[in-house]
Order: sequence, then C-alpha cells, then structure tokens
Amino acid sequence: MLEHTDILIIGAGVVGCALARALSLRTDAQILVAERACDVAEGASKANSGIVHAGFDALPGSEKARLNVKGAAMYPALCRELGVPYRQCGALVTAFSEAERATLEKLLRQGEENGVAGLRIVEREELRALEPNLSPEAVCALEAPTAGIVSPYELVYALADHAALNGVSFLFDTPVIGIEKTPGGWLAVTPDGDIACRCVVNCAGIDSARLHGQVSAKPLHITPRRGQYHVLDHPETPVFRHTMFQCPTAMGKGVLVTPTVHGNVLLGPTAEDISDGFDTATTAEGLAEVCETARKTWPALSTRTAVTNFSGVRAHEDGGDFVIGQAAPHCWEAVGIESPGLTSAPALAEELAAAICAAEGMTEKAETVPPLKREKPFNEMTPEEQAEAIRRDPLNGRLICRCEVVTEAEIRAAIRRPVGARTVDGVKRRCRAGMGRCQGGFCAPRVVEILSEELGIPMTAVTKGGGASRMLVGEI
Amino acid sequence: METIRKALVIIGGGPAGLAAGIAAREAGVTDLVILEREDEAGGILRQCIHNGFGLHRYGEELTGPEYAARDIARAAELGLGIRCGTTVLSVSPERLVTCVSKQEGLQVFEAGAVILAMGCRERPRGALGTPGTRCAGVYTAGAAQKFVNLEGLMPGRRVVILGSGDIGLIMARRMTLQGAKVLACVELMPYSSGLNRNIVQCLQDFDIPLYLSHTVTDIRGRERLEGVTVMEVDEHRRPIPGTETDFACDTLLLSVGLIPENELSRQAGVPLSPVTGGAVVDDRLHTGVPGIFACGNVLHVHDLVDFVSDESFRAGQAAAAFLRGEAPDAPAVEVRDGEGVRGTVPQRLHPDHDVTLMFRPAGVYKNAAVVAESAGVELARKRAMIFTPGEMATLPLKAEKLRGVTAPITVRMEVKENG
Amino acid sequence: MAERVITCINCPMGCRMTVTLNENGEVTGVAGNTCKRGEVYARQEVTAPVRMVTAVVPVRGSAMPLSVKTRSPIPKKDIAACMEALRGLRLTAPIAAGSTVLSDVCGSGVDVIATKTVD
Repeated sequence: MLEHTDILIIGAGVVGCALARALSLRTDAQILVAERACDVAEGASKANSGIVHAGFDALPGSEKARLNVKGAAMYPALCRELGVPYRQCGALVTAFSEAERATLEKLLRQGEENGVAGLRIVEREELRALEPNLSPEAVCALEAPTAGIVSPYELVYALADHAALNGVSFLFDTPVIGIEKTPGGWLAVTPDGDIACRCVVNCAGIDSARLHGQVSAKPLHITPRRGQYHVLDHPETPVFRHTMFQCPTAMGKGVLVTPTVHGNVLLGPTAEDISDGFDTATTAEGLAEVCETARKTWPALSTRTAVTNFSGVRAHEDGGDFVIGQAAPHCWEAVGIESPGLTSAPALAEELAAAICAAEGMTEKAETVPPLKREKPFNEMTPEEQAEAIRRDPLNGRLICRCEVVTEAEIRAAIRRPVGARTVDGVKRRCRAGMGRCQGGFCAPRVVEILSEELGIPMTAVTKGGGASRMLVGEI
Repeated sequence: METIRKALVIIGGGPAGLAAGIAAREAGVTDLVILEREDEAGGILRQCIHNGFGLHRYGEELTGPEYAARDIARAAELGLGIRCGTTVLSVSPERLVTCVSKQEGLQVFEAGAVILAMGCRERPRGALGTPGTRCAGVYTAGAAQKFVNLEGLMPGRRVVILGSGDIGLIMARRMTLQGAKVLACVELMPYSSGLNRNIVQCLQDFDIPLYLSHTVTDIRGRERLEGVTVMEVDEHRRPIPGTETDFACDTLLLSVGLIPENELSRQAGVPLSPVTGGAVVDDRLHTGVPGIFACGNVLHVHDLVDFVSDESFRAGQAAAAFLRGEAPDAPAVEVRDGEGVRGTVPQRLHPDHDVTLMFRPAGVYKNAAVVAESAGVELARKRAMIFTPGEMATLPLKAEKLRGVTAPITVRMEVKENG
Repeated sequence: MAERVITCINCPMGCRMTVTLNENGEVTGVAGNTCKRGEVYARQEVTAPVRMVTAVVPVRGSAMPLSVKTRSPIPKKDIAACMEALRGLRLTAPIAAGSTVLSDVCGSGVDVIATKTVD
C-alpha cells in the first residue's frame, strides 16, 4: 500500500489543480493529486493557446457555454489573487468574405444567448485602425472585449502552489493504471503501489475516458486531437493587440494569431485527430499548415524569428461537451475537458468542489492559507527595484538567462516553490530561463547545475522533463 | 542608484573586448572597464580547448585557453579593470550602461565611449523549425562543448551533427575522442561552412561521413532522443521524398549558424545590417550612434579569432581617438555589396587611410577575383583560386587609391568559373 | 605507382593536392599545391601523419576539468592510445599552464601539458 487519502484527484492539469485548490479551500479533508508526469501542467495544460475565451463559440445550453462564460468572469480576480500573468486583450473573429459575415452574426447571437457581454461587429475601417497588420481581405470582425490571454502553465503552477499551501499533496511519476471499488471507497492502482481513498476524481485529460470506462457502464470516448503551434520571438512592436481568430470550423476555433502575456506571437493550432494521445510531436505538414492558414490573417507573417514550435493534444469527447459529475458512487469526473477547458477550469473546479464536499460530507475548513505573493519578475522591475532586489538577495545580480533576463535567485525560487520545478523544463516554464531566442543554449548548463545543487542530485541525474529525459549521460 | 563616469566601457571580456581594452589602454585611455558576464574573462575561447588559434597573430598554434591567457596577461600588465560576473542589462543612446553583479548590485556607467564586444550566439533548433518531439538530447554544438570541456560531462553517446560549421566539426572530434560514436555530419548546403582543416582532422580522421545537401527532417523520442530522419534536399533546399534515412541516436548537435548578439545594440539605437546581423560601422568600427563602437563577432561572425583581435585592436584605438576628440578628415563613403559579395564590413569608410574590407563570398567561386570600384574606377583587385562562403575574404584598399573618392564603393566578385 | 588526393589544411585555400607514391611508399611528386607549405604537409600527411591531441582531465576537488594538449603533434595512429592514457589521469591543483601533466605519452616522446592554470 502506497498511500491513504480522503480525496484522490487523478491528473495535475489545470482541472486537477484548480479542483485540488478549490477543495483545499473548502475542506480539511486529506487531498492527494496523482500525476503520471513529473510535474503539474504536463499535458494539454502546458500546450494550448493560452486564451481566456469570451464564450460565444459554444452551443447555448451546453456545459461548455455555461462554464466558459462563468470561468472567464473569474479570471481577472483569480489571476490577480494568484499573481498569474493575464491580460484582457479582447478577441476579434475575422470574416474574410460577406458569406462569413453570416457566421459572425450567428456567433454574436450565440454569444449573447450565452451571456457574453460587449459583443459587436466591427466594420472594415475601424478594424483596419484597430489592427493595421490584419489582411486587407478582412471584411469585418466580431469583437469580444472580455476575451483575454493567460500563461496557462503559470496558472497551473500557481493553483498547485496554493493547493499545496492548503495541505494538498502531489505524487508525481504516478500513472493510475486502474480504479477499483473497495468497501470504504476506491483503490487506485499505480506501478508503485495502490492509493486507497474515500472518493476519487478523474481529471485525467486524455486518459479520462479510459478511467471512466472502469467505473461506469455509460460509454465515453475521447478522440485525441492534436494542435501544433509556432512561437515567434517578441516583436519590437506588437503585431496584433487582440487575439485574432478566423471563422470556426467543425474541428474547432481554427488557427489564431495572438500575442502572449510575455510578448511573443503565438500561431496555431492545427486540429488533427490522432490515435496516440501522448504523441506531442510536431510535423512538417502541420507546421506548414499553421503558417499557411495564419497568413490569411497576417499576410506579412514570417517564421524568421521563430523561437520554437510545439504541439498539445486536446481530449475531445465524442459527445462534444464536457462530462462533469459523478460516474459512480464516490467517484467523480471531469472528462472531455478540451477548449474552452482552460477558461472553464476555475468555474468547473468551484462547482465540482462544492458538489463533492456536499455529497461526500467533507468537513469544512476553518482557516485557509492565502497564496504566496508573486515576486515581480526581475525583467519587469524598474532599475531601482532591480537594485533593491540585488541588495535583498545578491543572487539577483547573477543573470543566468540573458534572453529573458532571469536571475539565479529567480531560478532557485522556482525550484523552491511549494510545487517546485524539478526539471529543466519546469524551471523554464516557471521563470522563463531558456524560453528566449537562444532556447537555453547559454543557460541550460547553468540551470542543470543549479537544479543539481537544489535537488541534491548529480548533474547527470537532472532531466529535461522527467522520466528518461536526462540532459547528460555521464562523466567524461 | 550609483552612477559612475567612465571614459570607456567595453561590453564583453572575450577576445574582442580584451583586445579592444588593451589597444585603448595602449592608446592612452586609463579610465576604462571591461564588463564580463562569466566569472572569468576569455569568452567562448575558454571552452575551445582545441588548437589552431593564433597562427596569424603569433605565428604559432595555441589552444583557446592559451590564446585567451595571453590577452588576459597583457590586460593584467596594463592594469585593465575586468569586472567578471557582471551582466549588462541595457545601453542607452546616451551611453548609459546599466549592469548588475552579485558584488556591486546594479550600477550605471556614464561612458564617454562604449565598445560593443558581446560576441555571437548559436542558432537554436526553434529557429530551424525542425519538426518532431521536444525530447532531451538536442543541443547546440556550443552548449555540448561547454558541458564536455568546462563541466567534464557527456551530453550523449550516439551523435548526429546537423550543420558543418566549425563548432559542429570540432565537437564531432571531441565527442569521438571521449568515446561517443558520431554517426554523421549533415549539411544543408552543397558545401561545408567549416574550415578544410576541420573537415580533414575532425571528420575524415575518424571516418565520420559528411552528407552535403542533406538535412534533419524529423526528431524522435518521447523523453530522450531516440533517432532522427535525414533527407537529401533539392537545389531549393526542400527535402526530396524517398531519400529518408533513419539514424538511431541519443544526441543531435546543431551547428547551423551564429547570430551576432545585438540585443543591447538595438536598445542603444545602433542601426544594424540585415546581412551581417551586426552594427553598420565605418572604417573606425564606429556605429551609427556617436561614441558607440562594435568589434568581433557581435559586428560580424568571423572564422578566426586572430581577425577578431585585429579588428578589436582597431576598435580600441578608434575609441581612444574619439575620446581625444579626433574626427576623420574626409566625409564617409558608402560601401556596397556587389554581385557575389555579402556583408561587407565596414559599410562606410572615410577615404583618409588604408582600409581592409571584409566580406563573405555569396557562393563558391573558383579562379575568381574580388574587385572594389567607385564611379567606374577600380580601387583594388584581388585574385584567388577559390572563394567560399565558409571563409571570410578580405580586400585591402590603399589610401592613395581612396584619396578623393566620394561616390559609393561597390565590392563585387569577378567570376571566370562558377564552382 | 599510387596516387592519393588530400586537402591541404595549412590555410583557408584548402588546396586539393595529388600525391604520387612509388612501390616503396616514397613520395615521388606533389601536385595542386599553391605554396611550399602545402608540399611539406602533403609529404608528411601521406607518409607519417601527425596530430595535436587536446582534451580535458579531471582535477581533484574542482568542478571544472583542466584543458591539456600534446606539446607537439603525435603520430595520428597514437591518438586513441593517447586518449586512453589521459582517461586514467586525475590531477591535483595547483597546475601552471605549460607544465607537464603526463610525460612521454604512449612512447611518442611527447609530453602532455596543461593549457590553463588552475590555482
């Protein structure tokens, strides 16, 4: 027997972590999150568009529509509380023909029905003034001022940290192979032993339908849908101020061009149904398709300043909507959480946490711990603040990542967070060291050294992203 | 916040910064500081433990550390201040240099002159857009070199090298000597951009095949790299279907080009050349911003450190002259790339003394001549049996020929036979 | 009569030289070189090729290994043996640049020396 807990959450993506946090703020029940990967946010949560959708895409009456609008409204306060980069930049869905105008009008009506505020059609002239880099072919656009951008993995890190501060434990490198009913609740089987719990919540993303099948007769099926992206270096002046969508298709919201909260330009995603939900490789065809399609929005697009490309896999449930609730007694689930899953997660977590606490009779928490105050990144500080930061901690005077201006103190802090970085990628996503134009060419050796010191492991044991992904194979 | 007046601030303590500092000091500038990011001066030479440096300057072959040590020793003799562990955060057009270090915190230097000597960085995988997984085991050749030579750690055992730049070739030998198996060196172009000497001594000596007109088209492996696909490319550098070869390897080293590290220059408002990626300078290595000079690989990527040092000496002397209030006698004349010539430096020159132009041939030219002309008048001509893009070429212009030149100077290749 | 084509490495020219050898393996002619250095290299390279070997060797108590080189080139065939000899080496600081860290490496008569000073 490996572990005992009151509540076991399977999956440490944005849903699992938001739920863990929401539960930990309500109940003093023991909460454990089991994650197959070596860190939180390792699945779709780290590899998506990072958009807080306004909520006009989903069909009225769907869970997607309801939770999207509710979740989007929670974002400003949530991100402020957790210190997560978020910007309400607004979105524009562009019509490139009069025929597409009809689609925009339908989206507008749909959005209004869903309760999205501020939607309107922007005509060519105004559109040109708003976004001078937009294709002259653009006829008009649907403006959604409540849409925003967020750093999706930083949100998950902050949710996980806050959950951990409130008593949640995380077990990494722990894939749940199966769930079995026991007299007292459920037993999750993992390669390293079993986890016994009173109740279990399946937030396993791409793997969630499989786990659902072990506890329920109601069939659910997830089609892994891969999306590939290009990331471009920070342009000197922003290319687009809004998140730029094209008219949606049956496969999703189409290829977008958006600024990121860190000032990069993100292009993507494709929508390819694949068989292996863990296949996050990019392909020449997919990346070419992203460029070709994005050029419709941004004719001057060049990948000359590309810093990287990546792909993520959305868990598309064949029914097309989120499946949230109870799959069996004491067994809860959030299955098929694809886009707008990131936007919906805060609302989904609140509702699910409330439902679980009420149904399972979890004891109420007397006192909660506030989130850690997010340190302002060194590269966002004024010179006076930087001087002060170095006085406070001289390691802030040691720049490790030049491209993104990240200090040694910040890297050590990323490792020392409640749910801290344990890998080179974990450091990169938490504090941006290695995220820039040289992609770690200069700083990776230093980051490996710091990880080795902080974790008390040899440099040769440091991994890029957990498992067998060692950076080094041995000594000379 | 502390603001310190300095006659000269040099950014970078590699071979360029050291040479610039030495020359400036020798030219009478006493109040100068070299700001170096690493804990030790010497720059990238510190990890270049192979020999071959210094043939032109010293007439002998030194290793990188030995070459650097000579400049460091000379700098010490002259009492040059080298501030290690100090990263420059910004440079303003008014020559305010903001830097940070553990010891001194944040400091702002108000410099009479600034020499940019930040060197270059390697093009990473992302810039190539190579698809595949983002597994461990894909490194730039320089990062691998740092691991092996400065940390004594091996990044992998079965290696494919993409790009035949010198660092890639050097690492092919280095990894082989440390017991790794280097399976192939893959070059997109129909010729190598590395030195002949390195092709012979780093690849041929160890029977490492060089695949010209090939590239890596797929990277596989969920966690650690498991293999890459190599394909032949056509004359437009597009992979040719059906030419796929798979290599099982745990390491892919990238040696696919160097990019002058000009982020600080950009902040300072220094106009950059889209061809060299470095500043637009005159024959004094003076950039478009008064009092800001540039030299070494931050200006344009050199093949040999000897030439970096030479150029940087001139930058140091020029900065000293600027600080003395000296100005060129003649107005500057534009220097343009003509046919077959790319990235000529300097891009402007004052026709009042001998000037050596440096450039890269745009292709391989055999039995050709490079010619400089102004308003139809030939100023200089140099023949060579071969010009290749991998080897920077020079063309000296004599003062007596330059005198009175006011029209733009064009540098072009005169080709008899196309290689 | 045998011919070997080699690339000159003396300078960026990289002359492709043809070396002709007689039955006894003696060089009878070098063609394609531009300068005298090329011919000297060609003769040496086909009869008794030599190489500098550079490497790094661990230093006790230091995270950074020490860079070393053969004081002069050694026979090309001895490169592997030279590396093997260096593999077993553990050095102790201080070591001055230029000082011998391994003498007469694999009987070549050539010393391996430090190329950097460690205090």
